Amino acid sequence: MIPQKPKISRLGERAVLLQWDFAINPENLNWLLSVKDFLLQNAIESKVEVISTYNSLLITYLSGIDSVYGDLERLQAVDFSSIPASDLQRKTYYLPVCYDAEFGLDLEELSTTNKLKISEIIELHTRPIYTVYFMGFLPGFLYLGGMDERLRISRKKTPRPSVVKGAVGIAENQTGIYPNSSPAGWQIIGNCPVELFNPQLEIPCPFQAGDQIQFYAVSKAEHQEVQEQIKSGNFQLKTEKR
Amino acid sequence: MSEVEVLKPGLYTSIQDLGRMQSAVYGVPRSGVMDSLAARKANLLLNNPPDAAVLEITMTGPQLRFHADAQIVVCGATFELKLNDRPLEGSKAYSCVTGDVLTFGGLKRGFRAYLAINGGFRSPEILHSRSQYTGVTPKARIEKGDHLPFVAATTEKNSGARVQFPETGIYKNSIEAFPGPEWDLLEASVREQLTNGSFTLLPTSNRMAIGFKETVVNDLKGITTGPVIPGTVQLTPGGNLIALMRDCQVTGGYPRVLQLNELGICTLAQKRPGEVVGFGLKEYLETSS
Repeated sequence: MIPQKPKISRLGERAVLLQWDFAINPENLNWLLSVKDFLLQNAIESKVEVISTYNSLLITYLSGIDSVYGDLERLQAVDFSSIPASDLQRKTYYLPVCYDAEFGLDLEELSTTNKLKISEIIELHTRPIYTVYFMGFLPGFLYLGGMDERLRISRKKTPRPSVVKGAVGIAENQTGIYPNSSPAGWQIIGNCPVELFNPQLEIPCPFQAGDQIQFYAVSKAEHQEVQEQIKSGNFQLKTEKR
Repeated sequence: MSEVEVLKPGLYTSIQDLGRMQSAVYGVPRSGVMDSLAARKANLLLNNPPDAAVLEITMTGPQLRFHADAQIVVCGATFELKLNDRPLEGSKAYSCVTGDVLTFGGLKRGFRAYLAINGGFRSPEILHSRSQYTGVTPKARIEKGDHLPFVAATTEKNSGARVQFPETGIYKNSIEAFPGPEWDLLEASVREQLTNGSFTLLPTSNRMAIGFKETVVNDLKGITTGPVIPGTVQLTPGGNLIALMRDCQVTGGYPRVLQLNELGICTLAQKRPGEVVGFGLKEYLETSS
């Protein structure tokens, strides 16, 4: 892609929003995250928090609002086309999912609606390598890209008042994991026992934007085993550097 | 550590400070006091740092028993207040002794009050904040029988002190707002409706979002899910406005038509469901001078 200049606007007294209109894909995400690192090193002098989404960066100033003005000028002057996509040293994580009927509340519905056998659903859901775009909706909820179109299904007509922690769901062309018990409108197909969010940790979530995720199917017994390993602190998340 | 015992929690009372400012990247809402001006004032009256944790009290207040000597101030909404049988005023520091009971009675003006205590409440910090939020802190709000930690007062400094504050106009009905990121995409007639219309707060409003009854014509499509912050006003496909508040999610997919400024958020935080407000459009200043 050709790096572009973003639309730069303010959002309230303390934040600056940078928006691009590029397509959502892993290459553009990699460039967006490279831009984030570049700006933190070269254009932003104050203490800030920067979050990235699909095609935006939001820079929030933690100190006084006066620092916004100086930085705005610097940001306007940045030559975005000169910022290269860098090697971000991200990781691939392998997450166990149990697709047993006990957890996969909507597997039958998905099977009927999309005319797929349950074994095919599991195969289609575990085959792709998903990209973590950002976290939002709930603490530790990953926005993942890369789901197979054949699994696409609308949200539940009536959302459930509650699903259990770790519920794996599908809505439209997205799949995700509920990090905690929550009301849920997504179609639930399984459960991931891995802890996605622990507020007691300095870094409460093991993943970051740009990481990759692949699911692997586990039995109910293996699911329970992982839960016990997590409780006793012996669980090791499978991972490798890209 | 000394304690304040919760005899009655009130409708929705929670420990809040200025919020979690560095965890949005993990999808963690910012949280923090809804009316930061009132909470800052309460802390200042006790010589507390601005980010000392306070109790945010909504509509129906709590009853609290002090298990040590303390200095307290209540700012924000006006409640009938009693320390044992003695009536107290808002925005004024008082000393309490062990065994005193503070009772919040009827709400007279505004919607949310802030109880500051000397040194602030000392509940555990989680992700650099004491603000209560489901899934981050063990409880979302205080409950009957809770014991809220603080460090007992040793002197009577400040008792009865008054500080002059500029009038913020917090009880006016105009909510200050900047144009939001998608403002430019709105038809002129819709912008007119947003700036001149009256909007009634819905009863479903809470710390996450305040919704309004009236609808405007909305021809805008949803946006690619992008950042939102407290004060972002979204326009739903049905034409409803939703003002996101302190506990809002970090991203959203509805067009962001307005962005309340800090005063606007605080003003709106003091409105009750059923009250009617309008949006007063502000422009961003080009420079800091």
